[in-house]
Amino acid sequence: MMKALAMPFRPAEDGDRTRKGIVVLLLLAAALFVACLLSLGIGPTGVDLHDLWIYATGSGASLSTQERVILEAVRLPRTALGLLVGAGLAVSGAMMQGLFRNPLADPGIVGVTSGAGLAAVAAIVLGNGILAPVAMVLGNQFLPLMAFFGGLFNTWMLYLIATRDGRTSTTTLILSGIAIGALSAALMGLMIVMADDRQLRDITFWSLGSLGGATFGRVFSILPFIGAVIVIIPFVARGLDALVLGDAAAFHMGIPVQRLKKIVIVAVAAACGSTVAVAGSIGFVGIVVPHLLRLVMGPSHRFLLPGSALGGGALLLIADCVARTVAAPAELPIGVVTALFGAPVFLFLLLGKNGITMRDMP
Amino acid sequence: MISAENVTVTRAGRKLIDNVGLDLEPGRFTVVIGPNGAGKSTLMKVISGEMKPDTGFVSYHGASVDLCQPVDLARRRAVLPQATQLAFPFTALEIVRMGAVAQGALNPTEQARQALSRVGLRGFESRPYPSLSGGEQQRVQFARALAQVPQPVADGVPRALFLDEPTASLDLGHQISVLEIARDFADAGGIVLAILHDLNLAAEFADHLVVLNHGRVVAEGACLETVNDEIIASVYGIAGAVGRIPAAHIPYVLPQSRHR
Repeated sequence: MMKALAMPFRPAEDGDRTRKGIVVLLLLAAALFVACLLSLGIGPTGVDLHDLWIYATGSGASLSTQERVILEAVRLPRTALGLLVGAGLAVSGAMMQGLFRNPLADPGIVGVTSGAGLAAVAAIVLGNGILAPVAMVLGNQFLPLMAFFGGLFNTWMLYLIATRDGRTSTTTLILSGIAIGALSAALMGLMIVMADDRQLRDITFWSLGSLGGATFGRVFSILPFIGAVIVIIPFVARGLDALVLGDAAAFHMGIPVQRLKKIVIVAVAAACGSTVAVAGSIGFVGIVVPHLLRLVMGPSHRFLLPGSALGGGALLLIADCVARTVAAPAELPIGVVTALFGAPVFLFLLLGKNGITMRDMP
Repeated sequence: MISAENVTVTRAGRKLIDNVGLDLEPGRFTVVIGPNGAGKSTLMKVISGEMKPDTGFVSYHGASVDLCQPVDLARRRAVLPQATQLAFPFTALEIVRMGAVAQGALNPTEQARQALSRVGLRGFESRPYPSLSGGEQQRVQFARALAQVPQPVADGVPRALFLDEPTASLDLGHQISVLEIARDFADAGGIVLAILHDLNLAAEFADHLVVLNHGRVVAEGACLETVNDEIIASVYGIAGAVGRIPAAHIPYVLPQSRHR
C-alpha cells in the first residue's frame, strides 16, 4: 500500500520534502479512514458501506437491530482498539529508531515487548496474590501500567547496555535485546508454571497477539497512554532529528539531550507497554511502518512520527481484517499476519537494499 | 567575549587540559595548534559548553556557561564537528535546515539554501547526505554551522564559530574557501576558534595562535611569535623546519588566501 503511494512522487529537486510530507500525511489520513470503514464493515455479518454511512451520519435507521448490536458492541471497540494499538506500535518503533539512531531498533525485536509481556503476565498471575492491593487501587489501569513499567525497565536496561559514548552499535543492540528478551521470556515461563487454568487462558491470549475480545473498557484503558505519546510528538520531533547527527551536535543545536532521551524512553515504554497490555505482542508494525514511510517521505521525524501514527493504525486495521476473513469462521492471530508481512521487510532492511546497511552503522 | 579561566579536565587520572586560560575576542580569528593528544578537541568541548571542566569555568559575555540553557547557547555559537556519519538519509538541505531552526530562523529553508550556496554546494540540496563524499559532507556540516549563526553580530552581541579541523578531508581549494568564510566572519566582528593541523594554513589565517602541548598552553600570540624553530622543535620534535624551502628536487605547494 505504501509502495503504491510512493509512485506519484519524484525526489524533490530542491531537497525540501516539507510539501511531500504534508501530502503523504493527508493520504495516510485518508487511508486510515478507509481502513476504519473496512474494519467496521467486514466480518461474518457484512454491513453495507452505504448503510454504514447513513447510520454514521444519523440520517435514518438503515441497519437492523442485529447489525447495530454487532457494530456498536463488537466492531466499534475493535476498530478503535486496532487504531490505537497500531498507532502506538508504529510510533514507539519510530521513536526508538530515532533514539538509538538505528533503523533496526524495534520494541518487539529488542525485548521491550517481552518486558511488557512479562510484567503483564505477572499482573495476571500475581493480581490475586501479593499484588492484589495494587490491582484493587488501579482497577482497569493495573494491567497497562504494569506492562508500561515492564517495558520501561527493559528499554532503560537496553539503553544502558547497548549505548557507549552516545553511540549504539547494531550488533550490541540486537544481541543485548535478544538476551534481555530471553531473560524476560524465561521469567514469563516461571509465571506460567505458577498460573492456574483461568490465568493460563488469559496468558495464552497474550503470546498470540489479538484484537479479539476488544471492549470499550480496554480502549479507554490505553487511550491515555497512546494519547500522551501522540501529544508529545511535536515536542520531540526536532530533537530526534538533531540527535541523528549525534549527541554532541544535537546539544550544539540547542537540544537538552539527556531530557529528550528520558522523555523518549518513557514514551516508547508507554506506547509499547500499553498496547501489549490490551493486544498481546504484535510484531513488526514498529519496524515496517516507519521504514516504508522513510522511503516515501524521508527520515525527518516532523512527518515520520505523525505518519507512523496514521499508517500504523491503518496497517493494523487492514491486518486485522485479513486475520478475521482469511480463515473464517476461525480467526488468525493478528501477530501471525503482521509477522508474515513484516519479517521479510526486516530481512530486507538487514541486507540493506536501500542505502541503509549494516556497513553504515558502527 | 568568550573566556575560559583555569580550566582543568582530568580523565582516568590523566590531565587532558591543565590549567588553561583562553580569551576569545570578537573580530579575532583564534587558531589552536598542537600535536595529537594535546587536548585541542577537549578544550573546544569545554568552551562550547559540551563538557564540564573539573575545575575552572567558561563564560559567555560575562555569564557562566553552566547557567546558559542549551537553546540560548545554540544562538550564540555554532560548532563544526569532525566527520559525522548518519544512519538515516536526510538530504543536504534538511541537515543545514536543522542549524537554521536551532538559530530560530523565521524561514529556515531559505536560510539553509543561502548557507549551502555560501559553501559552494548550490545544486546539492536534494542529495542524500550519506551519498556525498567526505569533503562534501564536511562542507554540508560547515553550512549547517553557518546557518546557525548567519550574522557575526546580532543584537549587538558577537556570535561564535567553533571549527574542529574544518579543513580535514577537503581539497586545497576548499580548504582555503572554508577558512576565508571563517576569516570574513571574524572580520565582521564575530568570534572564530579553529583547530588546525596545517601550520601553513594556521599562519596564513590566524590573528592569534595558541600552541597546546600535553594539555598546557606553551605559546600564545601572533604567528611570528609562535611559529618559530624553537617552539616547533619542542612541540612536534622537528628541528629547523620554519621558513626553509625543501631540497630542490621536491616540489612544494603553499596554499594562500585569495584575499591578498
